Amino acid sequence: MTAVHLGMPALPTAPRGVGHLRGDESFPAAARSALRDGQLRANLGHATTTIRDKRARVVDELPDWAELREAGRALKAATMARLDDHLEELERQVTARGGTVHWARDANEANEIVTRLVQATGASEVVKVKSMATQEIGLNEALEAVGLDVFETDLAELIVQLGEDKPSHILVPAIHKNRAEIREIFARTIPGVDPGLTDDPRQLAMAARAHLRERFLRARVAVSGANFGIADTGTLAVVESEGNGRMCLTLPETLITVMGIEKVVPTWQDLEVFLQLLPRSSTGERMNPYTSTWAGVTPGDGPQEFHLVLLDNGRTAVLADEVGREALHCIRCSACLNVCPVYERAGGHSYGSVYPGPIGAILSPQLTGVEDNASLPYASSLCGACYDVCPVAIDIPKILVHLRAEHVEAQQRVTPEAAAFRALSTAMSRPWLWHLTQRASRLGRLIARGRPTLPNALPPPISGWTRSRDLPTPPTSTFVESWTREHGR
Amino acid sequence: MRVALFATCLVDTLTPSVARATATLLERLGHEVVVPRDQACCGQMHVNTGYRREAVPIIANHVRAFAGAEAIVAPSGSCVASIHHQQADVARRAGEHRLADDATELAGRTYELSQFLVDVLGITDVGAYYPHRVTYHPTCHSLRLLRVGDRPLQLLRAVRGLELVELPGAEQCCGFGGTFAVKNADTSTAMLTDKMANVLGTHAEVCTAGDASCLMHIGGGLSRLRAGTRTVHLAEILASTEDAVTPDQQTKPAVTA
Repeated sequence: MTAVHLGMPALPTAPRGVGHLRGDESFPAAARSALRDGQLRANLGHATTTIRDKRARVVDELPDWAELREAGRALKAATMARLDDHLEELERQVTARGGTVHWARDANEANEIVTRLVQATGASEVVKVKSMATQEIGLNEALEAVGLDVFETDLAELIVQLGEDKPSHILVPAIHKNRAEIREIFARTIPGVDPGLTDDPRQLAMAARAHLRERFLRARVAVSGANFGIADTGTLAVVESEGNGRMCLTLPETLITVMGIEKVVPTWQDLEVFLQLLPRSSTGERMNPYTSTWAGVTPGDGPQEFHLVLLDNGRTAVLADEVGREALHCIRCSACLNVCPVYERAGGHSYGSVYPGPIGAILSPQLTGVEDNASLPYASSLCGACYDVCPVAIDIPKILVHLRAEHVEAQQRVTPEAAAFRALSTAMSRPWLWHLTQRASRLGRLIARGRPTLPNALPPPISGWTRSRDLPTPPTSTFVESWTREHGR
Repeated sequence: MRVALFATCLVDTLTPSVARATATLLERLGHEVVVPRDQACCGQMHVNTGYRREAVPIIANHVRAFAGAEAIVAPSGSCVASIHHQQADVARRAGEHRLADDATELAGRTYELSQFLVDVLGITDVGAYYPHRVTYHPTCHSLRLLRVGDRPLQLLRAVRGLELVELPGAEQCCGFGGTFAVKNADTSTAMLTDKMANVLGTHAEVCTAGDASCLMHIGGGLSRLRAGTRTVHLAEILASTEDAVTPDQQTKPAVTA
């Protein structure tokens, strides 16, 4: 909107050419291919239904879920309103406890900072805790480009890395793979793996464990993300299921944490709310198995060098949009993915970003600028299931609709669609013209030639409908017309 | 009560039998029905496709057309949800504060059919007779924006002769989504396929719902497959009586032709 742009430079969005926020093709094109993958449909259908049901059970057992959710929403909104203050407080507290804070404007700066820090230790390899922020900025590629070996230690991230694949879900990056496919990846890629490896989940987990254990023990540098950064104590928190994170956060000498600036919470007490909301929404558990927290460095215990990289990469630009900014409240639980009928069928890769599903459809286009991800706000039927399950009550459908308008209003030329919608707007706001338009639709009766439905082969955009669905032949009279005829005005 | 009927643009143009059934039902229940001739559209399609500026004059027309109405009833959860949740916001964003206030005021008197029957009129048995095996699809905006809950089911359970069968995966979207059905036709069709599989699994003769748009989508798919199961709007079922067991249901599929 014009008021924002007057005299104020556009805030920087996530740069192109680095990281994983943009796909190679539009959502409809990518989804067209994905929808043909029957194995993917089966795997996703099974997995999302399972997690969805688990979540519903553990949420329903809490009598105060609505109040908790409102508390989470209110805490996030209040934090965002004074984000700068909280971040500076976090910096002061981390520094006071022996850590070093770095500010990264974008993916390039963050990758440079982390690469420099790793190189300064002289280490040749890095172990990683599952982290969305580092996936977003393409940190692994940046580290590998300077000859460092990077090992993902989360089981699902490991599957994705070994399979030279891409993550397709925020919480379960390998959700698109089933046990048989994972067995095949392990048998092919893990050195010295038992040739008799089966697809028994326990056997698969033990194979990964044996593969990873050696790397934990020799690692000198770990890179993590953070679920929460607590401003008043300078504490970082990682919530996980497997314990690999705990290993990475405690064994190496150097720990580097990359955290999006929206992850800050003002006080330790705020965790009371989020540590109830997050596990129930994400894995459908009352409590997650491992919650690790650390503040700076502790002599003789754990990493002796700690760096916190605070990442913007378009977040400040999102914060400037008073409708869209709610997307920054996301705590990355994935509940919206698991209930989304579009995600369940098209899969995570169709979104082209590390943030798939409903939250991805509002977050990615805002981080990159809407025009760089213009198909994503339309990748939703606006069914609203995402808003219902969001633990911090992000009104995702409302933001999707807002971003569609931002896209429409960003067009310099009049598209055929815009011309059609303008014409329809003119007709629908003038009753005489609307009645004329309705009568004109009866021309459809000519091509229907007495049949109750129109022919299947019609020109675009109607073909999008008639390819798979019949369209009824327009009736001889509208309701308003015939009612008026019978009753007078 | 004097009830103004908002047919909605889609029903009025493509499935007028749904609006006719709504009027017949309300009159049978002893109410006076008026149909403002200047009505057109609530503006939802424009708003949801990104044309919120172009939606403003449509909203203004809607507010003009229904000004002064005591109660407004529409046979659509989606359009009523747009009236309740979008119109005022869109007008306000465009700087049309007077229109926004008027739209808010009008929304307070606008009801989706099942809500009007159960909450305002306080009836669940409307005296209907419909001797068919029926399954009910709760449309997304009725379910999640208007929270109609089980009101349509209460109404259906009271219909004589009607055998109600539960729809598995009922709360999943059918894939319509307005222009989504065309812009993301493949994903929409995939969602529709799963919805149809569930509908057909019930062996119902009829799939009903409170939105003609979603029914046009599900019905269009069933008709294409020559499935035989037809889609009939809730209003058409509730308008049916022993004297009129087969009202003119234009949402019935092509397979009968």
